[in-house]
Amino acid sequence: MTAQTLPEIERHDPLWTRLPVVSHVRASVGVQRGMLIVGLVLTLVFLLLALLAPVIAPYGFSQISDASGDFPTQEPPSSKHIWGTTVGGFDVFSRVVWGAQTAVLVIVVAVALSIFAGVALGLASGYIGGWLDRVLVVIADAIYAFPSLLVAIVMSIVISHGQSSLWGGVLAAAISITVVFIPQYFRVVRAEAIRLKAEPFVESAKVIGASSWRIMARHIFRNATRSIPLIFTLNASEAILTLAGLGFLGFGIEPTSASEWGFDLNKALSDVTAGIWWTGIFPGLAIVLTVLGLTLVGESMNDLADARLRTRRHGGKNRGKKRPEGSKA
Amino acid sequence: MSEELDVRPAGPAEIVLDIDDLEVSFATDAGEVHAVRGVSLDVKAGEVVAVVGESGSGKTVTAKTILGLLPETATSSGAVVIKGQNVISLSPAKLRELRGRDVAMVFQEPSTALNPVFTVGWQICEGIRAHRARTGNHRISRKEARERAIESLRKVGIPDPEKRVDYYPHQFSGGQKQRVVIAAALALDPELIVADEPTTALDVTVQAEILELLRDLRDLYGTSIVLITHNMGVVADLADRVVVMYQGEVVEEAPVRRLFAEPREDYTRRLLAAVPHLGRESASEGATQRLRQGGEVLVAAEGLEIVYPGRLGSPPFRAVEGVSFTVSAGEVFGLVGESGSGKTTIGRAIAGLNRATGGSLKVLGHEMVGFRERAFRPLRKEIGFVFQDPAASFNPQLTVGECVAEPLIVHLDLQTAQVRRRVGELLESVQLPASYASRYPHELSGGQRQRASLARALALEPRLLIADEPTSALDVSVQAKVLELFREIQAELGFAALFISHDLAVVDQLSHWVGVLYKGRLVEQGVSSRVMGDPQDEYTKRLIASLPVPDPVEQAERRKAHRALLGG
Repeated sequence: MTAQTLPEIERHDPLWTRLPVVSHVRASVGVQRGMLIVGLVLTLVFLLLALLAPVIAPYGFSQISDASGDFPTQEPPSSKHIWGTTVGGFDVFSRVVWGAQTAVLVIVVAVALSIFAGVALGLASGYIGGWLDRVLVVIADAIYAFPSLLVAIVMSIVISHGQSSLWGGVLAAAISITVVFIPQYFRVVRAEAIRLKAEPFVESAKVIGASSWRIMARHIFRNATRSIPLIFTLNASEAILTLAGLGFLGFGIEPTSASEWGFDLNKALSDVTAGIWWTGIFPGLAIVLTVLGLTLVGESMNDLADARLRTRRHGGKNRGKKRPEGSKA
Repeated sequence: MSEELDVRPAGPAEIVLDIDDLEVSFATDAGEVHAVRGVSLDVKAGEVVAVVGESGSGKTVTAKTILGLLPETATSSGAVVIKGQNVISLSPAKLRELRGRDVAMVFQEPSTALNPVFTVGWQICEGIRAHRARTGNHRISRKEARERAIESLRKVGIPDPEKRVDYYPHQFSGGQKQRVVIAAALALDPELIVADEPTTALDVTVQAEILELLRDLRDLYGTSIVLITHNMGVVADLADRVVVMYQGEVVEEAPVRRLFAEPREDYTRRLLAAVPHLGRESASEGATQRLRQGGEVLVAAEGLEIVYPGRLGSPPFRAVEGVSFTVSAGEVFGLVGESGSGKTTIGRAIAGLNRATGGSLKVLGHEMVGFRERAFRPLRKEIGFVFQDPAASFNPQLTVGECVAEPLIVHLDLQTAQVRRRVGELLESVQLPASYASRYPHELSGGQRQRASLARALALEPRLLIADEPTSALDVSVQAKVLELFREIQAELGFAALFISHDLAVVDQLSHWVGVLYKGRLVEQGVSSRVMGDPQDEYTKRLIASLPVPDPVEQAERRKAHRALLGG
């Protein structure tokens, strides 16, 4: 409702409250807030593990011996190795912690690469249109048609020829994920650009005489990229799954270059029948919880961004309350 | 004017709707918003009560409460009594029973109120069959429901109802669709119809027909109507009694003639004063020939043709055909027409947003038929454009200042400080404080945004301004202020303007010369006051006769004249 004289302008909230995630937490109530917070906590734990891996992990990711000699293999959890050791003599706890670091690296590189390419291509394709649009859409559709893991495997073979150092492995995984993700960003940004192209504010920029470049950069870009944080979180969880899948299938990173949850799971496969549960459970849980955390954050942000799905605080519950009689005007 | 003059239907004044101390509030992101605060009103049998008010006055929320159609985020209290039942405290099942049987609704936009994949007959029958339980366990057969649907289509004046009952909504015109919506509302003979802006989405000539139909419903069947509208002309034409709402409260309630003749409250007086009235304050008052012809001809259209290519298999659509006119420097050219007449297409073609496909259109000496953007771009700084919807024509991510500065940055090589100073000056010239430059568009009201939009259009002191329905998204009181501002600035800066509008009274207030478009053709042009006062073309005559004026006495006479025109 408009106020009678001038609309009352609230001063801008401080910048930190307007940041994507923070503003979402502030806007949420009830179950939605609970989901978001659980997701945020899981994600935060994941990020802290990655960041503080050298401090938290008692051993290196490829360490199989210390001053007191070689680590035992397939040893159940003990005070020295709290989550036990693997068939190769690695400490499971340390591998899981270091694995978070690899996962974060892959997510950052993959998403960074795909966001830039996807957004740029989507803007150009949507705004300029014509044959450029048609060609790009066909390519994006073609990539969509492949199972994403298959594309990732092919890319990983092409990029690293199967063998891998830390960065080689990370890049191979990241680029193969990028190829799968570019069409997603491309699609979203292109659809937004097409919608925005017909908006009066873009037309008014056109009438002013702004160049296409300026219209894309200044008017469409910022309005088209509002759902990017959302896709980012959802894609981050998918990136982890793809990386783990690659590792599980043997296209991941060698255990001596970096720790990788999918690879560990693969190695734990034969342990399961022997009743050795600790080698598989912990990397598996790490994958599940991380993906769960990121997905919860993404889904909550999605719901909160949509005014129709967002629950709001009720001012007062006075539905159906009877007024005192005789108050008729 | 005294109350006795009011036409009142005969019969006992039974009260069909009694709203008592209604309060509605919504839970929003910004906390609770009170939309309706203590509204009380009643509607008697066979009476048309108009609820008028500007946007945000709570009139639509009140109307929706009558049918229990409030969204989940709303909480309401008070009483809305229909046939002894309080709608607010009714159970959903009881509410469903009540809807359609005792009270029905007519929506604003007939094309979205009908489901495009079902025949209109099916949609009317749906309402009838949903209520079969009430007729004493007697199931209404499909055939019987169909009979009733045909009957109600006949009531609302759809020709050949036996055949057209099987038509789909897209086979009807806009006005006929609204008739179908009304037919669906009438199917169960409710005593009360709530019509929420029933003619706002329609053209003036169609609006006149629908108003006629609503009046017949009251006269022939004694149906009571709650008419929600912001159009004072419609109120003057149809209402028996008027309730004026402002910010969720009833400001004034009076019989229609008394309200227009002697408004009691300040707000009502201001509201009525702001309504543009055809034939008053004409910009071309007393002119016998075309004004301001001394200067250069800025726009010259000669046999202009604009064709939109058809989709595969359908013929191309000719939006504009053989239109010729000129706009000279310093002149305000008004272009009026109903929806689909091609008026906006012409405006957009002049600004280079649409392609002109045939004839000749010279804008500032540049031929627009087959123009190239690169060659035309330098001329763009001579042309300003004001869009219809001020909310959508600003980039929501930029501040108002940045938006207004855009043309300066694109065309001039200025320092940041100079740009900032110029933006401040521009905002002040449209009577906005310079400090508004740092606000975002959504923090401004509609009228303020449209002023800022004007400031942006004038930033480079263009020689030609194109205003495409600049006030149609605004409330009347805001519209009056924006129009006043437009007139002042135009007189001061002396730019030529092409003023596009469907509102004849607004065009008359501003323009010196007016062109009337009908189905892509320019049927008449001339000095505004002459065209409005003494139209020559058949269509123009009909258009002007259909326009309801905001004065019940004058409107009653105009209505007679209109009938005579249609009859003869």
